[in-house]
Formats: sequence, structure tokens, C-alpha cells
Amino acid sequence: MSSKAQTVSLFDRDITRRAIGESFRKLSPRMVAKNPVMFVVEVGSALTTVLFLRDILLHPAGHAPIWFTGAVSLWLWFTVLFANFAEAVAEGRGKAQAETLRKMRKETLARRLVGGKLEGKEEEIPSSSLRKGDLVVVEANQLVPGDGEIIEGIASVDESAITGESAPVIRESGGDRSAVTGGTKVLSDRIVIRIVSDPGESFLDRMIALVEGAARQKTPNEIALHILLVGLTIVFLLACVTLIPLAKYSSLTLSVTAIVALLVCLIPTTIGGLLSAIGIAGMDRLLKKNVIATSGRAVEAAGDVDTLLLDKTGTITHGNRMASEFLPLPEVRIEMLAEAALLASLADETPEGRSIVLLANEKYAIPANAPGASTGTFVPFTAQTRMSGLDFGGRSIRKGAVDSIGKYVIALGGRVPAELGELAARIGDSGGTPLAVADGSRVLGIIHLKDVVKAGIRERFKRFHAMGIRTVMITGDNPRTAAAIAREAGVDDFLAEATPEAKMRLIKDEQAKGKLVAMTGDGTNDAPALAQADVGVAMNSGTQAAKEAGNMVDLDSNPTKLLEIVEVGKQLLMTRGTLTTFSIANDVAKYFAILPAMFVPVFPEIAPLNVMHLASPYSAILSAVVFNALIIVLLIPLALKGVRYRPLGAAAILRRSLLIYGVGGVVAPFVGIKLVDLALEALHLV
Amino acid sequence: MTLVGWVQVLVFFALIVAVTKPLGVFMHRVFETGEAPLGRFLGRIENSIYKLFGVDPKREQDWKEYCFALLAFSALGVLVTYGIERLQGHLPFNPQHFPGVPQELAFNTAGSFVTNTNWQSYSGESTMSYLTQMAGLAWHNFTSAASGIAVALCLARGFTRRGGPAGPKTLGNFWVDLNRSILYVLLPLSFLFALVLVSQGVIQNLKPYLDVTTLEGAKQTLTLGPVASQEAIKQLGTNGGGFFNANAAHPFENPTPFTNLISLFLIFAIPAGLTYTYGRMAKDSKQGWILFAAMSFLFFAGLVVCYHAEAGGNSAFAGLPLQQTLGNMEGKEARFGVAASTLYATVTTDASCGAVNAMHDSFTALGGLVPLVNIELSEVVFGGVGAGLYGMLIFVVLSVFIAGLMVGRTPEYLGKKVEAKDIQLATLYILVFPIIILGFAAWAAVSAMGVSSLNNNGAHGLSEILYAFSSAAGNNGSAFAGLNANTPFWNIALGISMLAGRFLMIVPALGIAGAMVAKKVVAPSLGTFPTNGPLFAFLLVSVILIVGALTFFPALSLGPIVDHFQSLQGKVF
Repeated sequence: MSSKAQTVSLFDRDITRRAIGESFRKLSPRMVAKNPVMFVVEVGSALTTVLFLRDILLHPAGHAPIWFTGAVSLWLWFTVLFANFAEAVAEGRGKAQAETLRKMRKETLARRLVGGKLEGKEEEIPSSSLRKGDLVVVEANQLVPGDGEIIEGIASVDESAITGESAPVIRESGGDRSAVTGGTKVLSDRIVIRIVSDPGESFLDRMIALVEGAARQKTPNEIALHILLVGLTIVFLLACVTLIPLAKYSSLTLSVTAIVALLVCLIPTTIGGLLSAIGIAGMDRLLKKNVIATSGRAVEAAGDVDTLLLDKTGTITHGNRMASEFLPLPEVRIEMLAEAALLASLADETPEGRSIVLLANEKYAIPANAPGASTGTFVPFTAQTRMSGLDFGGRSIRKGAVDSIGKYVIALGGRVPAELGELAARIGDSGGTPLAVADGSRVLGIIHLKDVVKAGIRERFKRFHAMGIRTVMITGDNPRTAAAIAREAGVDDFLAEATPEAKMRLIKDEQAKGKLVAMTGDGTNDAPALAQADVGVAMNSGTQAAKEAGNMVDLDSNPTKLLEIVEVGKQLLMTRGTLTTFSIANDVAKYFAILPAMFVPVFPEIAPLNVMHLASPYSAILSAVVFNALIIVLLIPLALKGVRYRPLGAAAILRRSLLIYGVGGVVAPFVGIKLVDLALEALHLV
Repeated sequence: MTLVGWVQVLVFFALIVAVTKPLGVFMHRVFETGEAPLGRFLGRIENSIYKLFGVDPKREQDWKEYCFALLAFSALGVLVTYGIERLQGHLPFNPQHFPGVPQELAFNTAGSFVTNTNWQSYSGESTMSYLTQMAGLAWHNFTSAASGIAVALCLARGFTRRGGPAGPKTLGNFWVDLNRSILYVLLPLSFLFALVLVSQGVIQNLKPYLDVTTLEGAKQTLTLGPVASQEAIKQLGTNGGGFFNANAAHPFENPTPFTNLISLFLIFAIPAGLTYTYGRMAKDSKQGWILFAAMSFLFFAGLVVCYHAEAGGNSAFAGLPLQQTLGNMEGKEARFGVAASTLYATVTTDASCGAVNAMHDSFTALGGLVPLVNIELSEVVFGGVGAGLYGMLIFVVLSVFIAGLMVGRTPEYLGKKVEAKDIQLATLYILVFPIIILGFAAWAAVSAMGVSSLNNNGAHGLSEILYAFSSAAGNNGSAFAGLNANTPFWNIALGISMLAGRFLMIVPALGIAGAMVAKKVVAPSLGTFPTNGPLFAFLLVSVILIVGALTFFPALSLGPIVDHFQSLQGKVF
């Protein structure tokens, strides 16, 4: 992540303080009602509070002790508060994150062109009142007032506010680099921008709303889980409510407090209380990675991606051919070749030329400032000669296409050794480009130019592979070159000589096979494919069309960011799944704590079911309630950080999760409830 | 527990394992490939039935049409049976001149047979005319079983048909599935096994009752009748309604350990075979075997507990000069002993059959807990014909959902995504049991109408109540005994339980079939969780146990569990 990324510590003091206040505000029944599980808890809390007050005032006989009702009631309120707290912390962290985003949206004065005409007069209005379609002028040292597209001019722009990258970038009208983001700063020149979003509707605004939890729409899987949790809550409601008449049959009067305690312990409060925090934290994690998503749905879909399409240029390779090695002919020392290559490229300002100088300099320690070289005459590359070089000190050094160099030395009376052709052919076969070097009439050898695969990209593809995601490289190269690069980068497949139509066809074919396709893109011609793909990540540097078509924007414009996006999507589901499992598995121990405690007054024979040997029936019930509340707090860090994702394959992940959260979920509360019970006993509270 | 006892268990289970594939392949041929066995002869009958009722067997139905056909057919069944019962006094084949059946009992019995429950609040030989028995009740032994198979097929097609959103949304034709179930599966097999039972001494005659003088000189009336033919379909269709009041404990119904074994085999045969049929339909027989494995695990788990509890004898006799080397023999037939009785009790409650060869009421508290829990697990341990498979598939949906979330991928089963709507329907399905069983049991436990029918008080009485409603909602039909269910309250409450436990569960199941058939099929990848491995079977079993246990544990702990601890301390009712 970029340099400006500030990581908010898990329980930042400021956020915590504000979250505590929020937890109380969220007690409002209208807000809790959105979460049926916690709503049941709140109703239970209110009910037991009423009972507690009744007992204080009336001292009725035959009821549970007042302290017991009071303590249960208090801890039930805590349960709701803890759940509220979890949500508030997640929102607070999101807000902190959004704050940095918001800073970019500083209120500035925009110079709007009246009537939306380029030749119109300028007027100054606050940037917040800009509408879609407005034209504004931005000059050097001014902030871009809103998201837009350059329709006139070219400028260097400092985008460090959003990307953290301090080097300015060039943005110009037309083409694929025309988008500018509000809050970035124009460093030079004058541009005219067409504003592309109404106030409050920019990508930034949408993302801010998402991380603050305000506009958070439930994702499809979240809705399904929500339904299941409500279903379970109804089941437990039935189980607990019917227990009253069933017990009455057995001449056992159950206190309402005990029934409410049992109910709250059984309904899935752990996951119910943390569910929205998990969702908000997921969006927050994504934002930390400098990715803006238009919806939570897209993030969830990212977790399901099967096929990933990546452009070769700029994503897998650096995009320019670079010198990778020198191949001298027999009887030529490699340093000789390196020196000649360096001299021939000294004045060559193309990326290829620079890479040759760099290679000779770094690998063979050839000084870049050879004596006298600067006095020489540079021979530039022309389409006719297809060579470039340097004449100095009586030497004429040339580098160029193999056949051109051949003709050149023959013209000087030299000869072309047979080995040159062999070397050239070998490089061609491997997908590279051979460049011959000659010193006068003598051919020295060949420079191997190739598309250099970015460092670390192979490892990334390995991770994709382990996740079960197939990677496909898209390139305009011929199949032979494409195959060589694909092999080197470790992608699973490639599409060579790709046209936009071929790309679109590939996406549709994959989708027809039932696969979810993700792709990254930045150009206007990528837009249809970005829209067709299930997950389309547009580069922030790309065109507005691309950004609109995709469902995410990467502020860093790093196409391999998809790996992180996929992980965030998977983490989101896994965190929900594991906490659900944990929550339900907990119930086993709670039964063993509460049921014997409830029945033992009439059925002393049932005492052996009190396997935890809890101190007293009241202590047992209270311990279970306390544990149930505390576990929410203890799991907040997990909910916020997410369960760690390991690219292991589904079966292995499930085995792990079942062991940790399933079996662990059965065992943990036995230990936890016993500990709470021991503590209550030690403090003489029961 | 004895070696001989376990040998019986293993021989039985080996037979089930052996029959699963051939019967599964056979049913797949009957229902899916369209090549009917004995096509010449039965095919002509099949086609003439379609012609008679104006059914176009080629025309498939979507889930709503299918569901409507099933509900309409069942509703008609209830009405006709109710009518026959009420009017039997005016109808022929009533030599005993029985009057019309009282309305509550008639309702209860009609619901009972239509829902494959075969709960009997009455004593057949003194209430129902021959016409009622044959036309009203025996008919349902076939049709209710066939309806169950139809629902299972429909849901299985929903999962396994891969037409996608553009493909047809149809799931087969209810009338065809019904007709073929009866014609090709239930009738031939029950005919065959009726002959086997006759060869073992099960009676089959139309003679009048026999008055005999016993060796001691006492007079006794032997009730007779066409038992063997009823017996075969009673087991094969997991119906469970006995010809005699004593059901399969009666020597004329179940004379020998061998007929006992055949009965058990018939109960599990079709439910087991359907798992293989399902695997075939999914084009991955492992998918079927994994369901079979999960069912087998739950079967053995229940059996071990039950057998162990019963073999341990009755703790109330501890300290008395009584030999209990045979285990708790109260309420059990000497010719079967503890092993065959507990095996029967486990099988009949696993499979929602409801036939009994021993009195569950007389089991030890823990031994009696097992049949009760088996029913409350939603009858998915092999389960009723068809009902076991579709019930299991609902739990598969829930398990897949949990598993999918845990591996970080939108859950999918056989390439179809499990989404909010499916979870909603599955949740409705699992809500039916607690609503009916706990709701009615709670009412019965505190109302005079409910409690007055009890034979025992205390925890054991509560077990009787829970058992009755579980048996009704689970469409099992076995009784814990000790409860006089032939009162207006019990007849109506149990009648409603049976109908709700059948149809309120079938509708969401068919709804899932309808949702699934229209889904896009996604390709599996490394990130897809495999549903045909032991890990999934483990998860499935856990989900079934947790849903069942968490729902009913509080109620059970006031009934059989308290009962157990009390009887350990010598307290009896």
C-alpha cells in the first residue's frame, strides 16, 4: 500500500471513545430492530429490567433472588451494548479511513465555464455545487474540483493525495489517460474538465458511504445468512417458550429471568452481534488497499472468481523490451560486446537504449562515461537504416536489426559469421528480440531484448493458482512470443493477437462454462469487457468510460491488486461462516450450564448433567450469560481483521475451520463458563 | 450386548448395502431413462391408466404444477377416505355392521394414511369395515409412499438437471412418477415379498376367526385375515400400520427372526436405493453414497445407544433377586430378544415407518430416547420412502451453505449456487418440526384434554406426549403406547400435526426444486468445496444433529433425560 496509508490501530483510543458513546445511542429500538437477533436480546433485557424493578418494589415471594435478576438483566444489556460497540468500532474505523478520503474533497472554488461552452466566460462557484456535465478550467497549482474527464489540454497532475505516489503523472484529453480525480492537484499547464458526477455521487462519495456503514446494502450471502439466523432465533424462541408449559407439567415453575437467559444464550448472538461489523470491516480493508468498490456485492463476487484476465503490457511485463543479456560471437569477449553495446546506446534515449546502458553498466561494470564518447557523433535510428550508433575516435559502432547490421558490415568489407543467425534464431524462438552489435566491419554479437516480466509476478500467479483461479494473459503479441512470456510469468493460459472482440468472446465463453470472470482494464476499448466481466477493476489512471463500466476502481492503478481484492472477498465470507459455526457450536455447553440449573430444584437427580460442576444454579445461569456477552467483545478483533485466508484449496480450509471454530466452538464455552463461574465464586458474588 | 446380536445387525446392514446399488439402478431406469422393465406387460397397463385419466405422460410440469397436482391428489385422498369412514355403515363389505367412524377419528385416520404416517388411534378389528380397510386405507399404503418418492425425484431433478436459466423449468410429471412408483416398484416388490412372508408362516386367508381350545383348556379366538399382502407394503412403503393391534409383535404378522429380518430389510430398501438413484441422476454416484454414509452413521449411532441401554437391563430391578442377563425384556417378544427389538425400534423410527415389534414405552428411558430423537431428526436417517431423501437434501442445502461460507466462496451444490431464497425455503422446512411438536406438546402438557389421556405421569408421561407429536409430525406412526389418543383433542391435534408435518414440508422442498432447476451451473474449481467426500458427510451429520439436538434438547431433558436420571436412582412411575 502507498506511503500515505495510515493504519488505524485496532482499538484506536479516539475511535473507541466515540464507539462507546455510539453503543448507547444504538440502543434505540428502531436501530436494533434492523437486527432481529439482537432485538430479541434487547426485548429480553427490557423484560428482565422490569422484573428487577418489580422485585425491588414489591418483594414478591417465590421468585428468583433480586440480585440474580438484576445481574442477568445488566449482562443482557451489556450483550446488546457489546454488539453495538462492535458495529460502532467498525464504523469508526471506516470513518477514520473515509476522513482521509474526504480530505481530498476539500471545498474549493471551481472556475466553471458558463453555458458549458469551451469559449464561455468563467464564473467562480463552490466545487460542491458542480453538476454532471459542467465544464471547469483548472490551471497550475489548483486543485481539481471534482471527478472529471479532460476535454482539452494536457497537464501534469500530482495524484499523491489518492495514490500516495509522489511522482506526477501526465493526463491529457482524448485517449486512455484523460480521467482526473477530484482533490488531485494540477502542477503545470491548463486543462478543461467535464465533470462526470453530481455532488455526493462520485466514486469517493459512494465508498465513503460504504465504509461508514450508512449506505451499506447487505450482500447476497449476508442476506441468506441473515435469514438463517432469524430462522434459528425462531427455533430457539419456540424451544424456550414452550419450555414454560412443559415444565409446568412437571410441577416446575421456571423464572422468566432464567428462560430469557437461556433464550439469549441459545440464539446466535455472537454472529448476530458481529455480522454488520464484519461487513463494514471488509469494505474498510478493501479501502485500505486503495481500492474503491461501488457495492459490497462486487466484493463478495470477487471471492468467487474462477478466471482472471490480465493484460500483458503493464501488468505482467514492464511494457518495454529491455536488454536481458549479451550474447557474444565466438572469440569475442563478453566485455567487449558489452562496451560496444553501451557506446552504441549512450545517446539512445529510448527505454531499450537505456536498458542496454544499464545492463552493461551494472553487470559488466562498463563506465557510462567512456572517455571521449561525448565528443562522438550520434547516429540516430531511422526507418531506412534500422540501426543506431556512435562514431568516435575513428570507431563506428552500430546496433540494430540483425539483417541491417549484416548488410552494414558486408558493405564495409566484413563478413557475417554463421553463428550470428543461429543466436538470433534462438532468441526469436524464446519470444525475444535480437539486436546485433558491430564495431566497424566486425560483428561482435547480439543483445537479447525481451519483454521483462515484473519481479514477483510469478509468485502472485502461484497464489492465484493455489486459490483455484485460472489466469489468462491477454496480449497483442504473436502466439510464439505470448507462449514464451506466459511460460515465464507462470500464467495458466494466454490469448495471443487479441482484439477487443476476441477478449469479449473469451469472457463470454468462460461465463458460458459457468465461470466467474474478473478482469482489469483502463482503456475506453476495455469498457465493454469490464462491464461484461463479473468483477471489473478499472485503473484510476484509466478513462472515465472504463471506470463507469467496472465495479471497482484501483486508486494505485495496479492490475495485480485483484489478488488482494479476491482475498478480501473470501475473508468476508469466511469470517461470517466461521463465526456462525462458532456461535452455534457454543450452544452445546450453554445447555449443559443452564438446563441442569433450571431443573435441579425439582429434579435433583439431574445433577450429573452439571458436567462443569458450576457452583450454584444461579451462578451457572449467570456465568453462561456473562460468557455469552464477553465472547462478543473477545471476537471483535477477529471480526474486524477477518479470518486469515490461506490459499489451500477448499477442503483443507474447511477442515481447518471446522476444527478451530466447530470443535473449538464446542469446547471453548465449557472452559469459559467454568472460568466465569470460578471468578464469580472467588469474588463472593454468587 | 452380544455377539449374536451384533451379527444380526451386521447381516441386516450388509443386505441393505447390497441392495442399494441394484435397486437404485432399477429405480433410475424406471423414473429417468424411460425404458420400463417388463415394458410389454406393465407398460400397457401404465399407458391405459394415462388414457383413462387423460394424462399426457410426455408433458412435464414446473414446480408449482407438480406441487398442485400432489396437493390436489392428497386432498382428494383425505376427502374420499373421510367419506368412506363416515359412511361405512351404509356401504357394503361391512359384515360386522360397524357404524360410521366418529368425525375426529375419521379425520385423524384419513390424515394419517394420506401422509404415510399410519398412526392408528383406533383398533382396526373393532372399528373399520373391510371396505374402509381396503379402499380407504390400504390404497394409501401405496399412494402415500409413491407421493414421497415423487417429491424426492422432483427435488433431485431440481439439483441435477442442468438446463440453466434458459433451459426448461420443468421437473417431471407428478402423475407419471406416481403411477410408475406404484406399478414398477411398489406393487411388484410387495407381491414378491408377500409370497416370501407366506412361506415363513405369515397368514394370508379370508377365513372367519377361529375359536380354539388351548392345551390348558381355555378358549381363545384367533383373528385371521389377509396379513402377508398387507405386511409387505406396510414395510416397503414405510407405512407401518399393522394389521393387528400388536403390529409386528404379533406372531401372525412377524412369526420368526427371519421374517423380522425381511421386514427390516423392506423398510430400509427403497430409502437406501434412492440414494443411489440420486447419485446416478447427479452423474456422480459418490454424491449418493455420501448421503448413504451420513445416514448409516446416524443409524449406527442411534442403534448403539439404544441397544446398549436395553441390554443393560432395567435399573429399577437392581438389587432385586432377578436375572437380567437378557437385558430389559419388558415389552419385548421372547422370539426376538433385545438385539432384534432395538434394531427394529431404531430402523422403524429412522425410516418413519412406525411398525413396531416391541413396545417403545417399556424401553428404558435412554433406550426410548433413541426412537424419539430419531424421529425428531426430521426422519432423514434413510427416512420414509422419498421423504428421507428430500429431507436429507434440505439438510445438504444448509450444510453446503455453512461450508461455502467457511471456505470463502458463495456456497454451491452440484454446481448450483445456494442463495437467499433457497435458505429461506430450507429454513421454513426446518421450522415446521419445532412449531408442531413443541407447540402442540406444550399445549397438551398443560391442558386437561391433553393430560387426561396419559397412562403415566411425571417425566415418562411427558415422553409419551412428546413421542406422540413427534411421531405424527415425523409421519412415523409408531406410538410410545401408554397414551389414549382416541379423544377429540388428540385426534384433531395429531391429525393436524400429521398433515402439517407432511405438506408444510413438501411445499418448501418443491419450491427449492423449482429454484434450483432454473439456476446457472457453475464450474467447479479448486476453491469449490467437494460435496462427495467424508468431510462433507461429517459436516452434514453435524448439522443434522445440531439442528435436531438444539431444537429438542430442552424438552427432551424434561422428558426422557430426567426419566433416565430418575430411574438410575430407582424412581419409577
